[in-house]
Amino acid sequence: MKIAVCAKQIPDPATPYDLDPDHHWVVRPDDQVLDDTDRYGVEIGLQLAEASEGTVTLFSMSPAGTLQGIRQALAMGADKAVVISDPALKGSDAAVTAKVLAAAIEREGYDLVIAGTESTDGYTGVVPQMLAEHLGVPSLTFAKHVEAADGTLRIHRQTPEGYDVVEAALPAVVTVTAGVVEPRYPTFKGIMQAKQKPVEELSAADLGFGADDVGAAGSGTVVEGVTPVPARQAGEIVEDDGEAYLKILEILERAKVI
Amino acid sequence: MDDYTVPLRDIRFVLDHVCRLEEITTFPGFEHVDVDTVDGLLVEAARFMEEVFAPTNRIGDLVGSRFVDGEVVTPDEFKKAWRAYVEAGWNAVSGPPEYGGGGFPHVVGFAISEMMTASNLAFSLCPMLTGSAITVLDDQPDETLKATYLEKLVTAEWTGTMVLTEPEAGSDVGALRTKAEPSDDGTWAITGTKIFITWGEHDLAENIVHLVLARTPGAPPGTKGISLFVVPKYVVGDDGSFEENGVRCVSIEHKLGIHGSPTCVLEFEEAKGWMVGEEHRGMRYMFKMMNQARVEVGLEGLAVAERAYQKALRYARERLQGRAVGAPPHERSPIIEHPDVRRMLMTMKAYDEAMRGLLYDVAGSVDRSRHHPDDVVREAAAARVALLTPVAKAWCTDVGVEMTSIGLQVHGGMGYVEETGVAQYYRDSRITPIYEGTNGIQAVDLVLRKLPMHGGRVVREYLAEIEGLDAPLAEAGPRFAAMRRELAEALRVLSEATTWLLGRDDPRDVLAGATPYLRMFGTVAGGAYLVRLALAAAKDGEDPWLRAKVATADFYARELLPSAVGLLGAVKAGAAPLYALDPEQLAPAR
Repeated sequence: MKIAVCAKQIPDPATPYDLDPDHHWVVRPDDQVLDDTDRYGVEIGLQLAEASEGTVTLFSMSPAGTLQGIRQALAMGADKAVVISDPALKGSDAAVTAKVLAAAIEREGYDLVIAGTESTDGYTGVVPQMLAEHLGVPSLTFAKHVEAADGTLRIHRQTPEGYDVVEAALPAVVTVTAGVVEPRYPTFKGIMQAKQKPVEELSAADLGFGADDVGAAGSGTVVEGVTPVPARQAGEIVEDDGEAYLKILEILERAKVI
Repeated sequence: MDDYTVPLRDIRFVLDHVCRLEEITTFPGFEHVDVDTVDGLLVEAARFMEEVFAPTNRIGDLVGSRFVDGEVVTPDEFKKAWRAYVEAGWNAVSGPPEYGGGGFPHVVGFAISEMMTASNLAFSLCPMLTGSAITVLDDQPDETLKATYLEKLVTAEWTGTMVLTEPEAGSDVGALRTKAEPSDDGTWAITGTKIFITWGEHDLAENIVHLVLARTPGAPPGTKGISLFVVPKYVVGDDGSFEENGVRCVSIEHKLGIHGSPTCVLEFEEAKGWMVGEEHRGMRYMFKMMNQARVEVGLEGLAVAERAYQKALRYARERLQGRAVGAPPHERSPIIEHPDVRRMLMTMKAYDEAMRGLLYDVAGSVDRSRHHPDDVVREAAAARVALLTPVAKAWCTDVGVEMTSIGLQVHGGMGYVEETGVAQYYRDSRITPIYEGTNGIQAVDLVLRKLPMHGGRVVREYLAEIEGLDAPLAEAGPRFAAMRRELAEALRVLSEATTWLLGRDDPRDVLAGATPYLRMFGTVAGGAYLVRLALAAAKDGEDPWLRAKVATADFYARELLPSAVGLLGAVKAGAAPLYALDPEQLAPAR
């Protein structure tokens, strides 16, 4: 089975990053890391590939930089990567990102596309579904368990109550929720091998896009403003005079927790 | 709550500017190594240690390794983490390539060691000793021994130990009595009782490879009659099968700290052993192992101090007490705003970075001593390692204990409460000035063996190197003025103390000055590393992290370095004040 896994390089979440003041786009340093939520997709992709003697190819759209984040996913065991890196792509919104990724995945060929539910830097959470639309295949979402065999994809779809079992014919796109499997740690050997694995870098033109199709020019989304998260309000302190539990019950009821 | 963040940028900065990693990667044997690959490895190793090992630290303290029905049982969390460690192959990074190792520079393995040690000191002793066993076995000539043990030790499927101490032979190893009798098949039968054997028995690995010091029949007394033997827990057959050997653990110690590490009493009863190298030369081989281990113990001083610092810093930023000068009325300030707490945190930060400079210099010099193409450079690097090893061990562990104590102090009364978790760092770290040669022994090694090397040339060259910082400091502008002034004064005093010790005929006077001298040496050397890093930071640019390097070195120069100057009197006081009282006068009177 030919498995495509979408993987995003993002600025290290441990260090604060900037938005450029004119467009509110994330300023991307050379050294970016693999988005943690993508480790789950990579892990599930690797498990499916191991079961079917298949391959895992990573697809990523971002400034290539040092490729550190992509190497991290390759070190986990993915076979190769396709990175669409082009200054013309700067400012692309979710719709353009989906269009570009779809073109790259189509070009490579695939049986299954795996993505996280949303990225940790952008959080739009719509790229995988748009991607499925461009590819013209079913889109399954919020999988906490994935099986793929005999041309059928079968997932456990996380719901507030439990899970639904959902099936679709392959090829298809599936998003996996974070925390459902334990992503493997790259091994020392894996890290060394990752250096040798092929990384294909494509431009927008390689995929047949003109300058007006992508980037800010091709995007319908404009970020008008960004406001910092308000500081957290101070909590309410209940002094225990022997009957504080009554007060706490009242607060919990007011908050409709009980 | 108990999390640990690998100070990756600090480690990389020291690798670049103290170890000169880029140059190391050009040495023969490191063709497959480049700085980018090292960076990638360190990023992943850091994530692994933070997520897999750091969370086992507390459980190791609370549950510990236990002795149950003659078996040593480690906590389940240890077993899981160990499996992940072996599978990920982290033990192999710097190992010999002929036996499955990655053949990376020693400094790279050393950096991973720092991460693992800070994550869990007690646990880290197991791979640390395994690494020492690899060094000894790789250096000795017997190919069969290499083939039997090295590959499994490199992966850490098997682990290694150092078996020296006996009840009557502690610091005085030469007094040991364990016997080795020749057997007909060319092997040796080892009989005796050994104590304080770290990770001497456990349930993590399939086999344990003991490196044991023992005496052959008719051997001369003292250290000149000691030979080294490989004694496996299970004797390995040609087909890889295991056969029980005559070694068993009879008990483990109840200790102040490092509860996760089983400290075993091992009984050898005609256990089958293989001699390493030549008869009566065991101490030489063991010293190779011990010298490596001594630097690693110095690293423990830093690693636990770093973790204690991180926890103290978090607490100081959250804990609200009192109102700092200048804070709005009626507002309670986080204690980090109070000058005394600031002093404690800055002291921890500055000593941590100074220790890292010294330790990584030794580790980088180990690579130069083994791989530099020029044999003159190789020899000079080996001499530098020899000179600095006792300082790295003793200064970093003494300072390390002090820093964990300060970390506890930052927490106030909560620090003294075990549930807070910082008492563990203090208790764990307390062993480090003791084992692997007490710090008193290190000071003796420094003044009696290391200072006189090549007629004092090695130490003089090292001091000259520090003096060489004066010119760049002079050019670096007013931010560096205090560093320049204080370093020059401290160096003047260290040179005077060195000259005094080298010129003294009465060994009692030299020995009496040994400990204050070692402290002085470490304090000045540590300051010089901070200065070097600060100069490099000033060249690198102006981000807040780089500016902090300059400010930290400035703090150290003004506040900590002058303590070295005050030690001169103690170094030169000679033995007389120590022996002014006879033991009777030391006893209480009524």
